[in-house]
Amino acid sequence: MAESNFWVDYILPLLLIVGYIAAIILPLLLIVALVTYGERKIWAAMQYRKGPNVVGPFGLFQPLADGLKMMLKETIIPAGANRVLFILAPMILFTLGLIGWAVIPFNSVMVLADINVGILYLFAVSSLGVYGIIIAGWASNSKYGFLGAMRSAAQMVSYEVSIGFVLVTVLLAAGSLNLRDIVEAQKGLWFFIPLAPMFVIYFISALAETNRTPFDLPEAEGELVGGYQVEYSSMTWVLFMLGEYANIVLLSGLCVVLFLGGWLPPFHVEPFTWIPDVVWFLAKTAFVIFVFTWVKATLPRYRYDQLMRLGWKVFLPASLAWVVITAGAMHLFGWMPQ
Amino acid sequence: MIASQSFLLEYLPILIFLGIAAVMSIGMVAASYIVAPQNPDPDKDSAYECGFDAFSDARGRFDVRFYLVAILFIIFDLEVAFLFPWAISFKDIGLYGFWSMMVFLGILTIGFIYEWKKGALEWD
Repeated sequence: MAESNFWVDYILPLLLIVGYIAAIILPLLLIVALVTYGERKIWAAMQYRKGPNVVGPFGLFQPLADGLKMMLKETIIPAGANRVLFILAPMILFTLGLIGWAVIPFNSVMVLADINVGILYLFAVSSLGVYGIIIAGWASNSKYGFLGAMRSAAQMVSYEVSIGFVLVTVLLAAGSLNLRDIVEAQKGLWFFIPLAPMFVIYFISALAETNRTPFDLPEAEGELVGGYQVEYSSMTWVLFMLGEYANIVLLSGLCVVLFLGGWLPPFHVEPFTWIPDVVWFLAKTAFVIFVFTWVKATLPRYRYDQLMRLGWKVFLPASLAWVVITAGAMHLFGWMPQ
Repeated sequence: MIASQSFLLEYLPILIFLGIAAVMSIGMVAASYIVAPQNPDPDKDSAYECGFDAFSDARGRFDVRFYLVAILFIIFDLEVAFLFPWAISFKDIGLYGFWSMMVFLGILTIGFIYEWKKGALEWD
């Protein structure tokens, strides 16, 4: 009797959770692979090229071939490196890129951990990403790696501050830290309309957080030959790449949850409500990822002083002011979240 | 007892997720290490420096402004941490809560203006 209770009470829920997690991680890694392929196709189209088109139909198996190639490369650990930290850094980044998804709601019921401080958790996870980069740069014991890590860390923390203020305005409007409640609060009006300036600041800060063009100074192949990744090879390098792309997908998903109404259809009328809500969530996320790609194909790289100026002298005062404006307006007109 | 247990149970999937993600990353590196040929060699293992031997250790001095940015980040991140609970309970705390936070933000803004005028945000 006691034994059957043990199986039913502990092992079954555990297996269920593991199943849910597999149902998140496997599609996520597939999406990441598709994003790397899609990006190259989109850039190619924007530059009047063909892009990958040899491996498989339309080059669709290109990410697989890339992964297999990297798998068969030698894992080079530089002689002067701290071996343990050197291997640990990409693992940290990859793990952090994945675990953020534990709290993202795909629709009103599909969420792995429906914790009441979802935003705080995501904020913490994205802050921890700096550790992976600093450790990578320090452990490599290479000048390029170290300089790239310093730049990247300073850049990430600078834009983290404005993202923090942006989150506060969303919290003011939604009145909850739970991501599901935040989406439910957008039933009437998606937040990107009343909080339009914050939406723009969030998106640009997300570009800076993920070290994407025009803020890809940490990598800056022209001067820093890859920044903190310069000494990495084989699977350790792949983990950096997967972590970076998982982070891009995560911040795009968060953008959808915070500003674009999550799984909600744009209008609550017939043809729109036929499409399942998960599809709406994924389609919106795909659109945000497309804009990430579009930006990279369009804009040249910033200079470092311009980058820091934008973060500290434009975004920080603007987002701080918008917190005050939002709170003031809510008080003045009595727009309180229900 | 029961309430605190169910509260902690909400975090169990995250803990398991963390474990699975960590095992995956270790497994991927280990698999590549086993499958791929490993031939270390002094030239291959030296730090990359455009083909030269490294002139000096990479962990030398670096610009103090990186420290400054880190310190400023701590101040403003703490500020955000204070704003989170304030934003959540905004509708319950009324005008008093609103103005208390405005005074707090005002003091921080004075500090921000000071560091701006001091040139702490300049990168030339």
